[in-house]
Amino acid sequence: MRVFEAILLLSLIVCSVSVAFTKNLLTSIIIFMSYSLIMCMIWVLLQSPDLAITEAAVGAGVTSILFFVTLKKIGAIQKGGQNEQKKR
Amino acid sequence: MSRRRDNYETSRWKKFLRWEAGEIDPLEQGVEIQVPSVRDREKASDPGDVFPFEDIEESGMYGDRHEEDEAVLKSRGIRFFRRFYCVMSVILCLGIISVLLWTVLYLPPFGNAANPANNEVPMRYLEKGLEETGAVNAVTGMILDYRAFDTFGESCVLFIASCCVLALLRIDAASGDREKKRLMDENDRLFEPKNDIILQKCACVLVPFIFIFGIYIILNGHLSPGGGFSGGAVLGSGLILYLNAFGFKKTERFFTERVYRRVTVCALSFYCLAKSYSFYTGANHLESGIPLGIPGHILSSGLILPLNICVGLVVACTMYAFYTLFRKGGM
Repeated sequence: MRVFEAILLLSLIVCSVSVAFTKNLLTSIIIFMSYSLIMCMIWVLLQSPDLAITEAAVGAGVTSILFFVTLKKIGAIQKGGQNEQKKR
Repeated sequence: MSRRRDNYETSRWKKFLRWEAGEIDPLEQGVEIQVPSVRDREKASDPGDVFPFEDIEESGMYGDRHEEDEAVLKSRGIRFFRRFYCVMSVILCLGIISVLLWTVLYLPPFGNAANPANNEVPMRYLEKGLEETGAVNAVTGMILDYRAFDTFGESCVLFIASCCVLALLRIDAASGDREKKRLMDENDRLFEPKNDIILQKCACVLVPFIFIFGIYIILNGHLSPGGGFSGGAVLGSGLILYLNAFGFKKTERFFTERVYRRVTVCALSFYCLAKSYSFYTGANHLESGIPLGIPGHILSSGLILPLNICVGLVVACTMYAFYTLFRKGGM
């Protein structure tokens, strides 16, 4: 169990760092979502399932959806994703 | 991040030095919203990857703008300010990190019996909570009975937040913005997935279960983990999923702005009245007359069940309202 906890905490750090370093905004939101899911598992391990439910619904669900809608509004999600891939 | 390090030129320290000297801007090619300048275009146009559209864009829009940028950057004062700004930002970050770490040193040690958190209050909650509130789930008993005033404040904060979003993002059809509203509606329909069969079939299976799970969490808040806030968030997410799969036409049959207003105001005022009554009787040592019931039954623990339902309704409505306001500026 301790190993599992260590893996979760490590991936939490990796997620939070890579959110800041990702250049594509869409990717960084999805990493942020996975951060929330890992956090939700950690809440379960810390024996607070009510917080886990809230984290899964609010952190991974509603917040990311609001981010997606905002990105669409400001036109940051482009259709030419393939072009961007070529550029790198 | 995981780029391989060829030579010293591309190392992080060297990049930092160049950034500090104002030669490169790491965000220039990164953030997608920014207008691309000619410099990173030149970088991108190595032999091997050729863009078909590059020449057209470069000759048209961005040429004179780039020259202006260069002229501004070349002036000495701004250059100096830029260097100063970069150095100061790094120093500020390091300073804040060190202050926070320094504060951590002065926190009481973890698990110490003499910590300020280990006073008589949590013991009282754990020992007397079941007979005083009647809730098996000690957390719900705490937040909706002992600390009910805090939870009322939280619900009001949610309501005020949705009011602010309403004030900022709403497009009023009545006051002359009719044209804008029509445009927004059309724009929205443009982006809406036209009867996405996978999404619709998934939603057909998932949405009932999500709703039942959310209602279960709300109604069983005093017996099992969960409560108004978690259940309301689950309900709101289910509503958003339903909306995404089937469009605004279907949800407008049962959820309009009027329904939202009525439900939220009724729930908040019921919460306010019920808790005022119990505060009044509690402060004056009166008998409140609300039966606590048998712990473990669904109809028990006095006011906690209706208050849970109120909080759940407010949270679910707020989540849904946020989404619709962000999406099309109205409900």
